[in-house]
Amino acid sequence: MTHWLIAPIVLPALLAPFIVLAARYHIGIQRVFSVVGSLALIVIAAGLAWQTSDGTILLYQLGDWAAPFGIVLVGDRLSTLMVLLTALLALFVLLYSIGSGWDNRGRHFHALFQFQLMGIMGAFLTGDLFNLFVFFEVLLIASYGLMIHAGGNMRLRAGVQYVLFNLIGSTLFLFALGSIYAETGTLNMADLAKRVTLIGPEETVGIRVAAVLLLLVFAIKAAIVPLHFWLPSSYAEAPAPVAALFAIMTKVGAYAIIRVYTLVFPPNLEATSGLHDLWLLPAALVSLAIGMVGVLAAKRLDRLIAFSVIGSMGMAMVSISLFTPVGIAAALYYIVHSTLAGSALFLISDLVRTGRGNLDLAPRPPIAGNALTAGLFFVGAIAMAGLPPLSGFLGKLLLLNAAFESDLVVWIWSVILISSLISILGFARAGSILFWKAQSLEPTEDSVTLERPAALSYVAVGGLVALLVAHTVFAGQVHGYAEATAEQLFEPGPYISTVVNTPGKLSTPTEGY
Amino acid sequence: MELLVASAIGVLTAAGLYLVLRLRTFPVILGISLLTYAVNVFLFGSGRLTVGAPPVLQDGMTSYADPLPQALVLTAIVISFGMTAVVVMIGLGAFLGSNDDHVDDQPEDFDKKTEGRA
Repeated sequence: MTHWLIAPIVLPALLAPFIVLAARYHIGIQRVFSVVGSLALIVIAAGLAWQTSDGTILLYQLGDWAAPFGIVLVGDRLSTLMVLLTALLALFVLLYSIGSGWDNRGRHFHALFQFQLMGIMGAFLTGDLFNLFVFFEVLLIASYGLMIHAGGNMRLRAGVQYVLFNLIGSTLFLFALGSIYAETGTLNMADLAKRVTLIGPEETVGIRVAAVLLLLVFAIKAAIVPLHFWLPSSYAEAPAPVAALFAIMTKVGAYAIIRVYTLVFPPNLEATSGLHDLWLLPAALVSLAIGMVGVLAAKRLDRLIAFSVIGSMGMAMVSISLFTPVGIAAALYYIVHSTLAGSALFLISDLVRTGRGNLDLAPRPPIAGNALTAGLFFVGAIAMAGLPPLSGFLGKLLLLNAAFESDLVVWIWSVILISSLISILGFARAGSILFWKAQSLEPTEDSVTLERPAALSYVAVGGLVALLVAHTVFAGQVHGYAEATAEQLFEPGPYISTVVNTPGKLSTPTEGY
Repeated sequence: MELLVASAIGVLTAAGLYLVLRLRTFPVILGISLLTYAVNVFLFGSGRLTVGAPPVLQDGMTSYADPLPQALVLTAIVISFGMTAVVVMIGLGAFLGSNDDHVDDQPEDFDKKTEGRA
């Protein structure tokens, strides 16, 4: 059994304490180890994605114990795709935080960053629901530390809200896990998938409650209305590289919904039929609408981008809630796009803040580094608003196509298109106030001249934009891979048999027993 | 006995939810602690309640308690303990810095937020 599957979890887990213990006061050494670790993570993630691209299910049994007695890590196309996406995102966010000096404004940025990566990788790779809870907590507690990095009263106040909300969400997760264990006696996802089919039609109350509780927990992470209230303040007040990394955290919620509701509670299971069909799609449409209205209503650039994250998550959830292979494939393409675009926009907002001093959407004199920042904002806004020629447009086309067979197609199409118009207006207004109106104002005598952002910051943002362009140019291949992933998700037979039937230690009785 | 344990979980959850909806950080943190007590007892009870039965194999015992929920509860307790410590420190830092421990955004904050701030 190859150990490469656990490498994305173990590598950051080893780097983080090493950075804290051995390189505590040397930011240079921390930066080197962090960047080298991220590069190694990309290589490992690419290798795993290559191995699973032909449909093999990679299995890693911790301690050599067979599931469901031991904890297993499972790599299929979806897990390794998300791991690769996280690794790529982490490298560029890390380069930005080094270039802009954000990592030096507080203590332990790089160690917390590595722990955060460990939690995210573990959440994507695990095959056990309680292990998913543990990795959620790892990534959450690292995010609490990153959220209040560099301090400040506003940041701490927003941090308190973020922490309290997520603590309540974790408690709800535990209630859901307790219910699932009480009903089925197992917490391994593949074993659960087998056992829920054995629940008789008259005794489905418990498992239905458990399924809805679990969906609510993932909806909190994915910021679906009405569980989205934690996101605007937290993402706006977090340091910009941290907010850029948080772009993948909402996708962990979407991943968990896709994984659990195609594997454990698939659409054709009678015990849980009709549970989320009725309200998940309308909730996603409302998230989309509220997110994009928030883009138009925002008075500061960071709030604008936070609301656009809510809107794009709503868009992805619209496609996921259809629970068809076409819908999931479109959602996967859109999730990759939304992660890259959201994090690029948060980094661009920090470029604006560096050159301008604040992020109010009110006319002020021109910012330092105007032309390059404006160009990057233009590209990022086009991507997020879903205009051609970038991947947002292709993603939206795929979503509209996937919604065609649904009953609510008129609602879905109209909400997507109208909210896209509203978001285009919002982004255009922000861009013109920040960059064009600035040209008509003269700097006052007492204004402070600010420096241009560092070159490495621009390189990092440019890297994310280049990934977006590649996501557009190679859309055919990426969507083909997404379709293969969705097919694998809707035929969970190989996944379940690989996990449950692989023997481990003591699986075959030894002599004398 | 199920009635006793279920009522305890219910009372703790109700009290925890009431406190969580308060407007200051300290009652909210207390409410979260009560909710974690409730959820730990709930997790423990999901393995069915038995009296006097060991969780680990022993000679001469016929009935056992389910050991897995006990392990789950230990994990949950440890995680919640760490989280509570973190939230108390962050809440204390926020209160000492801004002399205000409201949990929600205050209207004055919006004016402060829209002014120039790096």
